[in-house]
Amino acid sequence: MTDLTIFMLQTWGALPEVLRFIVVTTLKIFGIILPLIIVVAYYTYAERKVIAFMHARMGPNRVGPMGILQPIADTLKMLLKEVIVPANANRFLFVLAPVISLIPALAAWAVIPLNETFVLADINAGLLYVLALTSMGVYGVILGGWASNSKYAFLGAMRSASQMIAYEIAMGFALVGVLMAGGSLNLGEIIRAQEGTVLSWFWLPLFPLFLVYLISGFAETNRSPFDVAEGESEIVAGFHVEYSGIAFGIFFVAEYANMVLIAALTVILFFGGWLSPLQGIPGLKDSILAQPSFGWLASKMLFFMFCFLWSRATFPRYRYDQVMRLGWKVFIPITIAWIGVEAVMSYMDIGPWA
Amino acid sequence: MADLILAAPEIFLICAICVVLLTDVFLPADKTIVTYSLALLSLVGTAAMTAYFSVGETVIGFGGSFIADSAGSVLKTFAYLMVAICFLYSRDYLERAGLLRGEFFVLGLFGLLGIMVIISGHSLLTLYLGLELLSLSLYALVAFNRDSGICAEAAMKYFVLGAIASGTLLYGISFLYGVTGTVELQALGQYFREPDALSLPLLLGLTFIIVGIAFKFGAVPFHMWLPDVYQGAPTPVTLYVGSAPKIAAFALTWRVLADGLLGLHESWADMLAVLAILSLGIGSIVAIAQSNLKRMLAYSTISHVGFILMGFIAGTEDGLRASMFYTLTYVIMAAGAFGMIILLSRRGFEAENLEDFKGLNARNPWFAFVMLMIMFSMAGVPPFVGFYAKVVVLESLLATDMFWLAGSAVFFTVIGAFYYLRVVWYMYFVDPLNEESLEAATDFRVVLSVNGLALLVLGIFPGVLLNLCARVLS
Amino acid sequence: MINGILFYTFATVLVFAALGVISSRNPVHSVLFLVLSFTQSSALWLLLGAEFLAIVLVLVYVGAVMVLFLFVVMMLDVNAEQMREGFTRYLPLGLAVAFVLVVEIGYVIGFKIPGSPFSSVPEGYPADYSNIKELGAVLYTEHVYAFELAAVILLVAIVAAITLTMRKRPGLKKQKISEQVSVRREDRVRLVKVEPFKE
Repeated sequence: MTDLTIFMLQTWGALPEVLRFIVVTTLKIFGIILPLIIVVAYYTYAERKVIAFMHARMGPNRVGPMGILQPIADTLKMLLKEVIVPANANRFLFVLAPVISLIPALAAWAVIPLNETFVLADINAGLLYVLALTSMGVYGVILGGWASNSKYAFLGAMRSASQMIAYEIAMGFALVGVLMAGGSLNLGEIIRAQEGTVLSWFWLPLFPLFLVYLISGFAETNRSPFDVAEGESEIVAGFHVEYSGIAFGIFFVAEYANMVLIAALTVILFFGGWLSPLQGIPGLKDSILAQPSFGWLASKMLFFMFCFLWSRATFPRYRYDQVMRLGWKVFIPITIAWIGVEAVMSYMDIGPWA
Repeated sequence: MADLILAAPEIFLICAICVVLLTDVFLPADKTIVTYSLALLSLVGTAAMTAYFSVGETVIGFGGSFIADSAGSVLKTFAYLMVAICFLYSRDYLERAGLLRGEFFVLGLFGLLGIMVIISGHSLLTLYLGLELLSLSLYALVAFNRDSGICAEAAMKYFVLGAIASGTLLYGISFLYGVTGTVELQALGQYFREPDALSLPLLLGLTFIIVGIAFKFGAVPFHMWLPDVYQGAPTPVTLYVGSAPKIAAFALTWRVLADGLLGLHESWADMLAVLAILSLGIGSIVAIAQSNLKRMLAYSTISHVGFILMGFIAGTEDGLRASMFYTLTYVIMAAGAFGMIILLSRRGFEAENLEDFKGLNARNPWFAFVMLMIMFSMAGVPPFVGFYAKVVVLESLLATDMFWLAGSAVFFTVIGAFYYLRVVWYMYFVDPLNEESLEAATDFRVVLSVNGLALLVLGIFPGVLLNLCARVLS
Repeated sequence: MINGILFYTFATVLVFAALGVISSRNPVHSVLFLVLSFTQSSALWLLLGAEFLAIVLVLVYVGAVMVLFLFVVMMLDVNAEQMREGFTRYLPLGLAVAFVLVVEIGYVIGFKIPGSPFSSVPEGYPADYSNIKELGAVLYTEHVYAFELAAVILLVAIVAAITLTMRKRPGLKKQKISEQVSVRREDRVRLVKVEPFKE
């Protein structure tokens, strides 16, 4: 060790406990957030490329090789544009709204376990924490729509509010099923409860809940085919019609960050998180492929992130009343029924959660 | 498991309600008669459960929050009876008024569940929850006729004042809990058996609780909602509000004051005395000025509430018995009185004014006589049961040397007799406004007649019910 | 020390947010202040170690109830000026009542009765103590009766709300979803052979 290293270590050791904790935590947070932001940026790029591919188009291909620098160009463009605050708009809330919609999407990552050991805050009520934070995301949309002082934006906000409430209930019930099966509210514990082969992951025993969760996830993030809050054919662009420049950009980032989050949660809750799908295959027992790792989590997440794009290129938008009907009259009964089935099965010691 | 058997009637009722509710949802609108029959059936079933599972002795279950005793079973049985009578009287009327919807019966049953919870509540928490369950059903029932402005007004007043009352009650409970650290009545009773248990915060809590109870009872000066609700609600709902919940109000007062807080008797007896005298006075005097029968009966309720409270003031077992007897007889009278209004109403016409009773004798002598029995009983004319109810309450007061209370009660009763007798006068000695004969279903006629005759029979043999009350309370 | 700083920060914001609820001119702002005060009180609960309650407070009140509240307030377009009429007139009375209540509560809290469970600070729990489990155990055993009653009350509330709002109004046009869903191609599309136009 050089003198410099020793000096640094000593200084570090001399710092108060609290300060060290704060520094370490802050670094961890940046370690999570920065890659996340990059993922989000390239997610937008991927979306355009994937959808272009499905439409037999080229997609962005001007900035850098194959358009690979497109997200950076977009970001720069938005940063340089003026943020226009409409006349008679509530300036404070108008500026606050995008931030409010972004914060929960990022803060939820605190309890997401990225591999067997790394999780920022290993709290008991992790699942509830995620649910609570995602439920707060709706405020950004509502406030943005209201503060814009525009009818279209307001309509979008109203639609979004009722839609989110509707699907949050279904989502919450789906989560109840998961925590019954996993026997814990801690996300790490839930993943560990899925240990075994692909068939022991919760997607199979909780298949209806998985479908409801995934589709509700689409609705919660205001993604196609449930993007009635934006509905450009009916209400121009919904809640963010008055936003420009980076204020709009933040809404945009929040939406994609939420999609990444939903993908991560789907993987954790129903697809074994960091567990390897090859686990339990006799020949691969000791190979790296059968080991749980962050790589597995990431690749499964990529698949679900792709699903978001896939559905956007595939499905026409739901009509608003149909969206509400699906949420209240189809999903909620399904989830309640399946929780009942699960409870009976677990009481009679049938199934993987016995 | 033993706890679940204790609460078997409640559990049966909630299951039955769910069945009724779901059946009603899937039934076409013109088949509400099925819902009605199911609702009556579930009442019968609940009564059977109560009879079958009733235990001779007093058992406390669910961690001290539930009590099963024979007095409770009797009160519950009366509550079933009253709700059943209410449903029987209402069907025809609701159908004529275009209000016959399954929710009436569902909400009625929910209210009954609340009443049952109150009757066997043995912690302030359960009592409060039962009260909320009852009140919530009542608010919705009062607002049942959505197209009527007066109905909406009544519901709004009831809701706002009821919410304040609940808040007050809860506030008082929180004081009690803050000092004693428990909400279970048994533990509270234990606490107050200690000498010097009384302290100022307790007194504050007690006051708030009494205000809450008085609100729910409709005792003066917390009676403001009562006349408006009685008048504004559709008559079947008024019948409901005026009958079974009074049993719950009695049970609430009994469990909280005369059981849990008996140690504070000296403190609450005076408060109740003020409430009782005021209720008697205002109820009797203001009723004279009413031309609307429903409103008049509301004030009459207030004065009867005064009598019920008087029974508690004595603080003795006799007083409690008197109160219980009074409550049970009063609800029978109230059911009959509102039943008569329903009988006289026709499509698009509420027979709620005193004048609508003019010359009833000429139109239908039998039901005029039934009404006469009800009015005489309410006024306290022997040999009807109302007379004995008043007598036993007065006896209990005299036994504890509360002469001035008893004296004023008699005084106001005499004043009150005037407006009851005026109805009788209208029926027998004034020419009718119209000569239409009464149209009503046979079951309705039979039950109403039995209801009226019951007052006479109980009046001739008051000992049956009186002994029952005495036996179950001891 | 840290706990103290956090407590006073949250508590101060909470008090100001609560004041904001009743004093702001715009009802939407009031609702937002209420949201803020909910989040602050949930933070206070976290400090007390009641993480389940704290998160549920956010989940239920902030995430659902207040969203609906905001929804209604925004839709209603409440006239703030009208609402504020008589504010000064009722202020003295309101203050008096508030004062009495505060004194009373203070009296009960300050009233140290020997043997009362509130006369001393309760002991803390070890770090691995899961209050979710404890709550579940208490709710489903000791307080199961009250718990189920609360559920019944909610059911009544639902039934009551639906009874009072779902009524058949004449002339109301509604989509019949089942018909829409079960529509077939043959019902809507008719293929016609059109002869090409010839001069």
